[in-house]
Amino acid sequence: MTISREDIEKVAVLARIRVDDEQVSELEKDLGNILDLVDQLSAADTDAVEPMAHPLNAVQRLRPDEVTETNQREAFQAIAPATEKGLYLVPRVIE
Amino acid sequence: MHNKSVAELSRELESGKISSVELTREYLGRLKKEDEQLNSFISITEEQALADAHAADEQRAAGKATPWTGVPFAHKDIFCTNGVATTCGSKMLANFVPPYDATVTENFRKAGAVCLGKTNMDEFAMGSSTESSHFGATTNPWGLSQGEKRVPGGSSGGSAAAVAARLVPAATATDTGGSIRQPAALCGVTGLKPTYGRVSRYGMIAFASSLDQGGPIARSAEDNALMLNVMAGFDPRDSTSIDRDVPDYTATLNEPLKGLRIGLPQEYFASNLNAAVEEQIRGAIREYEKLGATVKEVSLPHADLAIAAYYVIAPAEASANLSRFDGARYGYRCEDPKDLMDMYTRTRAEGFGAEVKRRILVGTYALSAGYFDAYYLKAQKVRRLIQQDFIDAFQEVDVLMSPTTPSPAFVQGEKSNDPVTMYLEDVFTVAINLAGIPAMSVPAGFVDGLPVGLQIIGDYFSEARLLNAAHQYQQVTDWHQREPQ
Repeated sequence: MTISREDIEKVAVLARIRVDDEQVSELEKDLGNILDLVDQLSAADTDAVEPMAHPLNAVQRLRPDEVTETNQREAFQAIAPATEKGLYLVPRVIE
Repeated sequence: MHNKSVAELSRELESGKISSVELTREYLGRLKKEDEQLNSFISITEEQALADAHAADEQRAAGKATPWTGVPFAHKDIFCTNGVATTCGSKMLANFVPPYDATVTENFRKAGAVCLGKTNMDEFAMGSSTESSHFGATTNPWGLSQGEKRVPGGSSGGSAAAVAARLVPAATATDTGGSIRQPAALCGVTGLKPTYGRVSRYGMIAFASSLDQGGPIARSAEDNALMLNVMAGFDPRDSTSIDRDVPDYTATLNEPLKGLRIGLPQEYFASNLNAAVEEQIRGAIREYEKLGATVKEVSLPHADLAIAAYYVIAPAEASANLSRFDGARYGYRCEDPKDLMDMYTRTRAEGFGAEVKRRILVGTYALSAGYFDAYYLKAQKVRRLIQQDFIDAFQEVDVLMSPTTPSPAFVQGEKSNDPVTMYLEDVFTVAINLAGIPAMSVPAGFVDGLPVGLQIIGDYFSEARLLNAAHQYQQVTDWHQREPQ
């Protein structure tokens, strides 16, 4: 299994990771090797097998719809990159 | 004092022979001196530790002690600690100070244990050598005693190296594909990966959520039992936590092993196994026969597919979990982002190391349109086949035994440029995580002066039986008491 430069560039955009040309060349080799390794899966006969998501087949637990958390704004504001008047400041996201 | 086990330290504190403050001072002094060579800690929290030790001494004086009150230990730097930096070995979280405790952290706090600091690890727990940490590699104390810089294994290499070097008697760890057992094996200490859902994942920074499980690393099985007594239990804050009673894991350590049925998976004694390692493992199994166990060969027919399934499922889940590190909310942010896309892509390019980026990219690829069925869905189906192999094996035997790793600790740098070779370190450990069953690594001898680990694998929720089997072996062997020079 080979992975093309175009595939890597596309996946990097999806993953929101900037990669430069040199890195794309390295990734072509490394990701190609990793995909070769995982391609062993295609040999397995899994026609009648259900995919497994949880080892104990547990399902999502529901909890009573009650307030359990208390407001911790000060603790959260203290670790935020930038705050003002109790609000969180983030870089401009809308042009 | 630094050579004593958790159980012994607990008795010394109880008898009043030593105070927690004295003990903590002694450990801190040793830690600050010895860790310059090993780099097994990312942070040492001296002030907090001494304050906690004072409080522990007061608790003891007031007659309110648990076995852990005043006993020093360390947390892997993946467990959130309120007010103390929690980095997960990454530049991305180098400045992250959690405003809350992980459940595991809270449990040790409530038990009165004294945390000395946070141990080093592969970045985001992705690795088998503790070389990918943003805070530098950890060195295996066993290699150093031979004048070589060898890896301690990973990702919990800081915890394993620190326990091996007697810098702490015990440390927490996590295991997604072998990250407790492989470093325990390579450092000559004892570690346990519990059943999936046994130990809360709340506040344990997520790597692959359907595989991640916290557990203990210490020198003996008895100390592992004392740790698991604190760590295990249902937690409503972890949606995959299992609501099931926790036994006292120390209560059954002394059960005789007569009649224990041991299975040897033939696929785990295959050609890639170092012959000298195999000899040590066969020797350990003979000890079990002397203790009254019976041994037979069993088969795990899909064993050779485990690495492939793991390296689809783990990166896929990692790519989703790590999408939260976007530069907007907390953690690292790139300088002067031009726009939103620039902030995301540069923050993640600069904040993550090479292996983490590789895994995010592989995971993103495996989950992307057109590839989902061929990779992720296929891997989840193979995962069920692997689980069924274990279910079938446990119809015939009580526990499975194998080497933990194919060979002893390798030299730093030997595998760090070749991801696939590094991934094969986990060839005997990943299937256990895919199935969600518990397994231990127990010191079982040496090859060329380097420790070898015996892996003991059990059925779901059989932690007490694994600890019992390991403890009985440690009553007739002293591998776990050997100390690197």
